[in-house]
Amino acid sequence: MAPPVNYTDLYTILPYIILTVWACLLLLVDAFLIPKSSKGITAFLAALGLAISLGYSVTQVGIQSTGFAGMVTLDGFSTFANILLLASGLFGVALAYGYTKRMGIERGEYYTLMLFSVTGMMLMAQASDLIIVFLALELLSIPLYVLSALARKLDSEESGVKYFLLGAFASGFVVYGTALIFGATGSTHLISIFAQAASGMTSNLLLTIGAALLLVGFGFKVAAVPFHMWTPDVYQGAPTSVTAFMAAGAKIAGFVALFRVFATAFPAIAPDMTAILWAISALTMIIGNIVAISQTNIKRMLAYSAIAHAGYILMAFVPYGNEAVMPIAIAAGLFYLVAYAVSNFGSWGVVIALEKAEGKGLELDDYAGLAKKYPALAIAMTIFMLSLIGFPPTLGMVGKFYLFRSAIAGGFSGLALIGLITSLISAYYYLRVVVNMYMKEGDPEIEREPWLGFTTAVTAIVTVVVSFVPQFLFLLASTAVLR
Amino acid sequence: MEFLLQPLTLLTFLPLVGVLVLLFVNAEQKTAIRWIAMVTSLVTFVASLWVLSMFETSNPDLQLEAKYAWIHVAGWNIYYYLAVDGLSILLVMLTAFLTPISILSTWKAVEDRVKDFMIFFLLLEVGMMGVFLAQDLFLFYIFWEFTLVPMYFLIGIWGGPRRVYAAVKFFLYTMAGSILMLLAIIYLGIQAQNTFNVPDLLVRLPDLYATGRIPADVQMLLFIAFTAAFAIKVPMWPLHSWLPDAHVEAPTAGSVILAGVLLKMGTYGFLRFNIQLFPDATVQAAPWIALLATIGIIYGAMVSYAQSDVKKLVAYSSVSHLGFVMLGLFALNAEGVAGAILQMVNHGLSTGALFLLIGMIYEQTHTREIKVYGGLWKITPIFGTIMLIASLSSMGLPGLNGFVGEFTILLGAFGSKAIGSPWYAGLSALGVIMAAVYILYMFQKVFLGPAGEITHHHELKDLNWREILTVLPLVVFMFWIGLYPKPFFDILAPAVEKLLSALPL
Repeated sequence: MAPPVNYTDLYTILPYIILTVWACLLLLVDAFLIPKSSKGITAFLAALGLAISLGYSVTQVGIQSTGFAGMVTLDGFSTFANILLLASGLFGVALAYGYTKRMGIERGEYYTLMLFSVTGMMLMAQASDLIIVFLALELLSIPLYVLSALARKLDSEESGVKYFLLGAFASGFVVYGTALIFGATGSTHLISIFAQAASGMTSNLLLTIGAALLLVGFGFKVAAVPFHMWTPDVYQGAPTSVTAFMAAGAKIAGFVALFRVFATAFPAIAPDMTAILWAISALTMIIGNIVAISQTNIKRMLAYSAIAHAGYILMAFVPYGNEAVMPIAIAAGLFYLVAYAVSNFGSWGVVIALEKAEGKGLELDDYAGLAKKYPALAIAMTIFMLSLIGFPPTLGMVGKFYLFRSAIAGGFSGLALIGLITSLISAYYYLRVVVNMYMKEGDPEIEREPWLGFTTAVTAIVTVVVSFVPQFLFLLASTAVLR
Repeated sequence: MEFLLQPLTLLTFLPLVGVLVLLFVNAEQKTAIRWIAMVTSLVTFVASLWVLSMFETSNPDLQLEAKYAWIHVAGWNIYYYLAVDGLSILLVMLTAFLTPISILSTWKAVEDRVKDFMIFFLLLEVGMMGVFLAQDLFLFYIFWEFTLVPMYFLIGIWGGPRRVYAAVKFFLYTMAGSILMLLAIIYLGIQAQNTFNVPDLLVRLPDLYATGRIPADVQMLLFIAFTAAFAIKVPMWPLHSWLPDAHVEAPTAGSVILAGVLLKMGTYGFLRFNIQLFPDATVQAAPWIALLATIGIIYGAMVSYAQSDVKKLVAYSSVSHLGFVMLGLFALNAEGVAGAILQMVNHGLSTGALFLLIGMIYEQTHTREIKVYGGLWKITPIFGTIMLIASLSSMGLPGLNGFVGEFTILLGAFGSKAIGSPWYAGLSALGVIMAAVYILYMFQKVFLGPAGEITHHHELKDLNWREILTVLPLVVFMFWIGLYPKPFFDILAPAVEKLLSALPL
């Protein structure tokens, strides 16, 4: 007999419940009450739901509990991730508001699907049982598949189907990995897995294979090499506002699940996993950055940049088996996810501002002359590019410093060196955008949309200002340790 | 929060006030924009004089500290920490001095996007000040990297025909060195319990070295990592190839700052960080650095002689002159180091003046080919005279500043225990002669002899009052340092002595 649901259970996943209920209601309200011509209202309602959930999430800072017989956990880590994910959702809505209208894909479902996806992401952060991890993974992914195909154009549909097929494949790996882990330890619960593995009664081989299969699934979500093949096509084909949301949200969710599962359940097999993580991280940084150089389409370039950034975050996580370094690794990862998400939304916002119908305005050459005509937008884009390189005075620089510190403290100076060298390579293609904007002649046209402008301005300001006062973020990230 | 009102903070961030004002000025009001930038940089210069007036010459330690526990959470110990001592005060003064001069030189030269130009220029000044004042490695790294950004734009937007190539090359080349330094900084910080500030590191490091927590070979690796960043900036042979491109393509004011201040960031880095943080490695590496410096001196001089473009000639001469600075630094004795610091200033003055003057004639003729000039002195006597003084200063004629610096450096290098052989100094002395060759060759071709094709076809005007005003301060200092260098040596001697006393020599 399972114990009845009590108040603690519900409180543990309160922001999640709020958002889920809100999304269900919004689906109905949108279908029956909101006229087709004013779907903007749905966007505002979706944002309201995210904001309310965010508000409750903020009140949970510092609170720890578990619910549903240990299936979900509330701790500093999950609260940090929830806040970041909900904020990402808000940015996602802000970017979509004008864009979907302009591109003629404004539909109410867009926002409800986004809300459902966010709930899945939040559940990823809170899951402390592999079954819930799988559930959350599907909950976050399926709406994203639909969103990718939402434009109903050929490349958008291709993007959706590709994402779906490969995503389903990756989910299969997660299930299979879960099964093997269950076979090895007799449990899907992260803490029990840890306890079993530590007792030495388990088959470490089976456990290692299971963990490796999970890593495939997570690697797919965060777009790590060699599980990245879908990324450029999907990022390019999907409506840009979806891409922006996906690039931040799915990556954050994938990483927080990876952090929690590996740090909680698999320290015992860390020596084996470390080698695998090392290789994946190095490959991701190298391939992501090198292939990005040859891109001429900004969406594809940013897609490869997103791949590369997965590598940097993984780099910090490589020494997770080292007890002294693990908290730093996780804090650095979280910190960098914030830096990445902020610069990510900003840069995609600029892409949206320049994008025209029929996929025009997406070539790097279309950025020529931007600085002369729209100086503010060019400054913002420069800030994002510097942040993605890891150059001061931006949040990206502080974040990268943290990541490298984790890798070096864990004794992986060689990997850190690869990370630094690939950062240098990345400077080349990020700077190309800046070169085009400032040093070439051209006559670009941009779309002025209030929420888009707002997002770009806020993210640019945050990127610079928080790099000078990063204390609170450091504090939050470093107290966001796992229970 | 009192650190915000301390003199060094004000000095560093004063240019930002100008930037903020400029942001709200209409881009069409070019004269107003120029004046705002000019006044800002002059106020900054006055602030630097104020700092100088508070500086205690006899005190070898860091002074006028502005210190604030910046990021002190989650196991981080990062300080906002600015301070000045005898090693850096002259370079701080040089920065504050050259910036208004450079801005004045752009009065007619920069017509396009003046507002952006001035904003980047003032941001650059913030970065440079920060580099010379920062005493926390994290803060230093931020300023160090940040200087790249405005300079990149200055070259890339207002530069010559190959400006984009030069700007990107400059950025990537410099960054390549910096990332190795970043690796070393993080490693050092971790080993020293997350301390990044230099005075604390200097307390902790001897113990870490003695106990073997940082073994000797690792110390050497750290030294090499820092060297990578600084040697590229200096630039030392064979890492100099970005310099001619950047110099030739940069607008005049950019070249002046690049040669005058940015290159000194590299030599200053050696002085402040390499020598202090890694004493054993420094002593071990001294002969090798001296070798590279000597090669740089000879190589730079030879390549200079082969140039047909005046600006390129001066650019390559920097490789040679900075070789002297490196030789002096790694002589690791009082004469060598003091001479090197003074030579940093000298090179800023003389090369800065040369770039300014070349820019002035280029504005009229739009060519820098040596062979099209000739007989210029007759037509533009004032220009010729000032050019002669700057050239003689650059080649080290006694009575002018260059001689004092180079002579002291060679004196130090001859008797240096660390370098161990007088041959380097001997060969380097050849460099002084070669400098005379290429500079006099250039001067003769451009200013003497029969009138060249440009001199024939152009109505060349001599310097106007603004232009004279731009270079005159530099000329004054050339004579001052050349004839009476004592106050300059006095100001840096105590700090140099302290620096050297910590070395295992």
